Amino acid sequence: MKLLNKWPIYYKRDVVTHYCSGCGHGVVHRIIAELLEEMDLGKRAVCVNPAGCAVLAYKYFDIDMIESAHGRGTAIATGIKRVKPELFVFTYQGDGDLSAIGTAETIHSANRGEQITVVFINNAVYGMTGGQMAPTTLLGQKTTTTPGGRDPKFDGYPLHITDMIAQFPGVIYAERTAINGPAGIQRTKKAIRTAFQVQVDGLGYSIIEVLSACPTNWKMSTEDSFKWINEVMVKEFVPGVLTDKRGGAA
Amino acid sequence: MVSKVFMSGNHAFGEAAIRAGCRSYFGYPITPQNEIGEYMAEHLPRNGGVFLQSESETAAINMVIGAAATGVRVMTSSSSPGISLKQEGISFLAGFQLPAVIVNVMRGGPGLGNIAPAQGDYFQATRGGGHGDYRTPVFAPGSLQEVADLTRVAFDVADRYRTPVMILGDGMLGQMKEPVEFPEPLVGLPEKEWALKGRGEGPSRYMASLILDVMEMERHNWELERKYQVITKNETLYEGYMLDDAKIVAVAYGTTARIAKAAIKRVRKEGVPAGLLRPITLWPFPKVPLQDLALRIEDFVVFEMSTGQMVEDVLLSLEGRGRVVFHGRPGGVVPTPVEFSRILYREYQRQVKSEK
Repeated sequence: MKLLNKWPIYYKRDVVTHYCSGCGHGVVHRIIAELLEEMDLGKRAVCVNPAGCAVLAYKYFDIDMIESAHGRGTAIATGIKRVKPELFVFTYQGDGDLSAIGTAETIHSANRGEQITVVFINNAVYGMTGGQMAPTTLLGQKTTTTPGGRDPKFDGYPLHITDMIAQFPGVIYAERTAINGPAGIQRTKKAIRTAFQVQVDGLGYSIIEVLSACPTNWKMSTEDSFKWINEVMVKEFVPGVLTDKRGGAA
Repeated sequence: MVSKVFMSGNHAFGEAAIRAGCRSYFGYPITPQNEIGEYMAEHLPRNGGVFLQSESETAAINMVIGAAATGVRVMTSSSSPGISLKQEGISFLAGFQLPAVIVNVMRGGPGLGNIAPAQGDYFQATRGGGHGDYRTPVFAPGSLQEVADLTRVAFDVADRYRTPVMILGDGMLGQMKEPVEFPEPLVGLPEKEWALKGRGEGPSRYMASLILDVMEMERHNWELERKYQVITKNETLYEGYMLDDAKIVAVAYGTTARIAKAAIKRVRKEGVPAGLLRPITLWPFPKVPLQDLALRIEDFVVFEMSTGQMVEDVLLSLEGRGRVVFHGRPGGVVPTPVEFSRILYREYQRQVKSEK
């Protein structure tokens, strides 16, 4: 019998997940672990994980990892990659981490064209702290700090940070995908593979934004969460390639 | 190779770091220490190292974390308001147990203050500074020769104990020029087995400061505390100056210690038996030497370029023994030897009068 679904060597076994049911982190973790094996990167990989739900990512990945203070992931990744360019360095960050408290680090590491890869999980809400507004929270979306729904008059508009940095010459590849079903998962894996390859080829900075469900803080069932990504979230954050400068044209 | 050169304190920090095997520097410009970054920009790449000007002090100290995690010797430098921004990362370095050297060339404060020499960051430097239960070894050079010597010691202590170490200077020390003799460059530093370098064929490593379990966190805190006790026992440094026959003792560090030495020379000519105890490490503070002095000396005068910060450590060390007088000039005012002489003379006259 052919084994269709081999367990990735860089994904730890016998670990009980701490993620809520329907959460996208587990899926993206698995995709990354598969790619580290398929692309033979795991032995020289260092992952920088964020403050937030994914701070415990080290429980699952069997590679060298370091945690970061809130938002500082790409600064730490910069320090690692600059002194050890032979390492494969990527950050794993959420929307609060990457597009609020770490905005400066995100923008400047991208603008320097650091040879790192950023995996950006956008679930439009602060997960670990219990469901507060994120920069990516949609207009009208209810969170614990926007109880009446996000109102642009008071809270501003959803921040499209990936679209923003995709304009920078040093950002070689930027794509937005969604964990919203089998096709979205396949698309996400392909996108992260491309982003990883950009670093392997020494081309510059790459980022993949993944729209991902947070049923607990959205206060929805998993099924409704997927429906919400497909029907509402993708209208604000449209999936697709945001920039691809691999041909050399900046 | 002629190693004795006439250079500024800020350049001496850079040269000493490179000779101590420092191979990366991340920093953000702020006066009066810009020449450290400039020196590193010019000299680190040609010595096989990495220089990067970050977008902020916060980013710089986090780049330091990344570099330190891979095991290379790394330094950053800043001045007072910039160090405040770096405190987040310094706390994380302490939590991760990562070695790094942080130079603070102090200026007047609080807030933006000014760009003149001051010693108002003593509390911040010696009390941890960032959040959480930790300490930072703090070296306070009093001359540019000591900048050269202590920078190397700072890197060694950082590596030996896996801890961030601060070198606390001030604008005077950074900007002045003196002849400096540098030690030969260090070569062949040992590998750090704990460093992140990709798991290879071995087990993976994880660096964390997040410890959710309270019992485990307490264990971690006590482990750190034990380390700080060993540092206190083994690494406390101070200098005694004209103490043998002293009846009045000045306590001062860095720039004020230099001025105090000049003042002591002056008052000695007038028959005032003054001496100096100069803490070279501000944390750990030379508590025991001070207590030993208090067995035979009653009068202590603390000089600082602040409204009085180290004086609290002097009082804590003496535990009620002796009489402590404080004289400080905050705000970037650099006191003169004449000014300190007057205080020493006045306090000695009071001592003589009370003995009659």
